[in-house]
Amino acid sequence: MLTAEDKKLIQQMWGKLGGAEEEVGAEALTRMFCSYPPTKTYFPHFDLSPGSDQIRGHGKKVVAALSAAIKNIDNLSQALSELSNLHAYNLRVDPPRFSLQFLSQCLQVSLATRLGKDYSPEVHSAVDKFMSAVASVLAEKYR
Amino acid sequence: MVHWSAEEKQLISSVWAKVSVEECGAEALARLLIVYPWTQRFFSDFGNLSSPTAIIGNPKVRAHGKKVLTSFGEAIKNLDNLKGTYSQLSELHCDKLHVDPENFRLLGDILVIVLATHFTKDFTPACQATWQKLVGLVAHALARKYH
Repeated sequence: MLTAEDKKLIQQMWGKLGGAEEEVGAEALTRMFCSYPPTKTYFPHFDLSPGSDQIRGHGKKVVAALSAAIKNIDNLSQALSELSNLHAYNLRVDPPRFSLQFLSQCLQVSLATRLGKDYSPEVHSAVDKFMSAVASVLAEKYR
Repeated sequence: MVHWSAEEKQLISSVWAKVSVEECGAEALARLLIVYPWTQRFFSDFGNLSSPTAIIGNPKVRAHGKKVLTSFGEAIKNLDNLKGTYSQLSELHCDKLHVDPENFRLLGDILVIVLATHFTKDFTPACQATWQKLVGLVAHALARKYH
């Protein structure tokens, strides 16, 4: 799974965002709704127009969770335990393995558009592995 | 029959016009081999794939990446007939190369990320959506002749 080098690259990359994390969250969601319309079915109660307060608010939440996970990267199970319960018992989003793929792709595109060449193959690999690990943890309690 | 709006065609061609097929192809294939190392199973005769640096500098990877993306260019010229364009390649990937079609989806997603690193903020959500649609359809066309 995540090597020491991967963890370092992720923390460094996240540090490079310089406060733009919240924008990244909102943008990732916007991109996801745009590229993968079925994901909108989980947000019938939201105003999904780009830049909406709800997308911004939710993007902020998602990024805060990822930030916390990155700070506790050695114990993702614990860091994401409540979110894991939430996704399994309340939200019941189609097993994260599938939906998170779309969020992972769109988050990575959002990061790549900001970091350009700095989103190197090594960073790309580390982030992809990280998002995969996050998805696994979120799916732990599904059944 | 797939429908492409005028806007989608414009988003595809305007991006493609600025793409270096050689550079982007090499990069996309290298990233596939780095991010999803199990894909190296298809390239055992490519020589040194032992590290990201080795993969990125490997001339066979670069050459093959260019080949793959050149073929993508053909798809872009034939957006209304992706199935026909990829018919033979589909058979080849099934019968001779034995490639699991899931890998086409992985490469497609990687290509989108490579484009994002090159075009940065110009790679808008609408642009990404169009390209995700395209890579998805290409992957589908390549899987079509599997049996």
